Amino acid sequence: MSRTRTERLVNLVICLLSTRRFLTAVQIAATVPGYQHDPHDVRDHEAFQRKFERDKAELRELGVPLETGTASAFDLEPGYRIARRQYALPEIPLEPDEAAAVGIAARLWQHAGLAAAASSGLAKLRAAGVDVDPQATLGLEPMVTVDPAFAPLTAAARDRREVAFDYRVPDRDEPSARRLQPWGVVCWRGRWYVVGHDLDRAAARCFRLSRVVGAVRTVGPSGAYEPPAEVDLISYVARSSGPVERTGRARVLVAPHRAAGLRRWAVETTSGSTGDQLVLPYADPEALAGQLVGYGPDVRVLDPPEVREAVIQRLKEFAARHDVVAGSAR
Amino acid sequence: MTGSARPGSRTSADRLARLLNLVPFLLARPGIEIAEAAGDLGVTERQLREDLELLWVCGLPGYGPGDLIDMAFDGDRVTITYDAGIDRPLRLTPDEALALVVALRMLAETPGVANREAVERALVKIENAAGDRFGTPVAVRLPADNHRVAELRAAVESGRALRITYYSVARDETIERTVDPLRMLVIGGRAYLEAWCRRAEGMRMFRVDRIDAVTRLDEPARVPAQAVPHDLTGGAFRPTADLPLVTLRIGRSERWITEYYPCERVESGEGEWLVSLRVTDLDWARRFVLGLGPEVTVVAPAELAAQVHAAATAALAAYATPPPGAVADPATASAGQ
Repeated sequence: MSRTRTERLVNLVICLLSTRRFLTAVQIAATVPGYQHDPHDVRDHEAFQRKFERDKAELRELGVPLETGTASAFDLEPGYRIARRQYALPEIPLEPDEAAAVGIAARLWQHAGLAAAASSGLAKLRAAGVDVDPQATLGLEPMVTVDPAFAPLTAAARDRREVAFDYRVPDRDEPSARRLQPWGVVCWRGRWYVVGHDLDRAAARCFRLSRVVGAVRTVGPSGAYEPPAEVDLISYVARSSGPVERTGRARVLVAPHRAAGLRRWAVETTSGSTGDQLVLPYADPEALAGQLVGYGPDVRVLDPPEVREAVIQRLKEFAARHDVVAGSAR
Repeated sequence: MTGSARPGSRTSADRLARLLNLVPFLLARPGIEIAEAAGDLGVTERQLREDLELLWVCGLPGYGPGDLIDMAFDGDRVTITYDAGIDRPLRLTPDEALALVVALRMLAETPGVANREAVERALVKIENAAGDRFGTPVAVRLPADNHRVAELRAAVESGRALRITYYSVARDETIERTVDPLRMLVIGGRAYLEAWCRRAEGMRMFRVDRIDAVTRLDEPARVPAQAVPHDLTGGAFRPTADLPLVTLRIGRSERWITEYYPCERVESGEGEWLVSLRVTDLDWARRFVLGLGPEVTVVAPAELAAQVHAAATAALAAYATPPPGAVADPATASAGQ
């Protein structure tokens, strides 16, 4: 944008903020420097109209709330103004420690688009008189990363707009097309999910953002649905990946100074001459068997038999599967 | 996020946004030095002077002396004396509010963060200012607070070297190390300590949930000048090409590993997949493969396949001897190769 265009836009904002009456394009052209033209010259007038359209678009993109209306019932031409209350950032009385927290938050984004939005938001707060200590730290800081689907899905949830996307579940080969009314996006234990009403399954579903393939497409108008009142988004995600109760107890014998990983979660350790006996809490015998097999000959299950058998079964399969490969590798 | 596609228009929109911010910014700080203002706004002094010159010819319709934005210069200091009605910055856009609110929610949820209460107060105020009818449609829940994170943060802030008892998954061993802390981070919901490890003589990322004990030493932390912090843009672990490449054939039940480990290649066949990933060392890879489940086969390297076979047969041999027999000696086990 040239200097003259920037100048014209600043003047346009000031002019529309200062007026309580709606000003028509003709009135604006007669007032704001840079719009002068001959309204009787068709080409000149069209050029003005294009210029004015571009300027309005530019202001709207910046978030300037441009109101349209007519000054009286007799006016045929629409007029424009900016309501100060819609335009101005409300007073935000941030204490110094609160301002420092916002400053830190604004630099956590690793995603370029959101990092830019965070810093332009912070610039407005500072313009409102908030002083931000750039040296402040909170001792440890999260790196905020999001999947590419984050921006379109949060925007759709905000606008109450349906979306369509392709979704790939790891144990299937082909992505499937999904249609969703998104209620919101959730970060659960460092991973991102979208929760909403699945239009094909006719039920609430959550989807992991990292499994969305390609672009998220919006379908239909804004305000197309209403999420359930007081919906607890996290509960939908937590339901499918909640904590497990480890009520089972397995006794294993581990070689001296080996299997440090198992020792860390043993609830009981008894040292012996040939190794140490550990008592391990577990939920699922097959899952425990998998972990124990990882330690190979360093760990031997004493009981219960179901874990012991599961381990022996897995070891046999591994030995058999790798026999040929190992043999041919010689 | 809503940026227009036309190149160059972004910077022009940026300049307009900056100019609309500039008047209220200066209004709130009468008599600010131009150099200081430029530094605060992230522009050069020259750029700022150009911005001021432009604003000087803008103002209310009439555009006479009393209508234009006016400012007084006193040496290197500037004061806005007439604002022509742009005395407040623009409201936050939905994207700006989203970016700030989500980052604050992350911060508030981060275990062990200092002054969480201030973060929460700030969050409420920003949410109110955003004035979004529906609120920000993003919820954040990170793993519950870990007493170790707070303890470790206090230790890092003490500025002393630390002795830590650390469990290394790569080696499956717990050893003591002396470290000079640099910073603490949370990546993907997990807390890490980044520190100079005197034992390894290099910068290391330690997962906080694997630090079993911390002792503060009397000496101050001294991170050597040549130490380079990790580039974490790709996550906490970024495999490099010098690490061994392992190729596995996996079944449906192991397909999840491609979501949890960075894989270089995933090829699908009939109900099975060929997956290649970099590993820190083959000992870790052996434990990893054996822990996965029986539907996995090592394709390459042959050395790893042989190790898996040897470990499985040695373990089976131990089960064949009646209890309470001794646990197979790791020395004899490896002799089975």
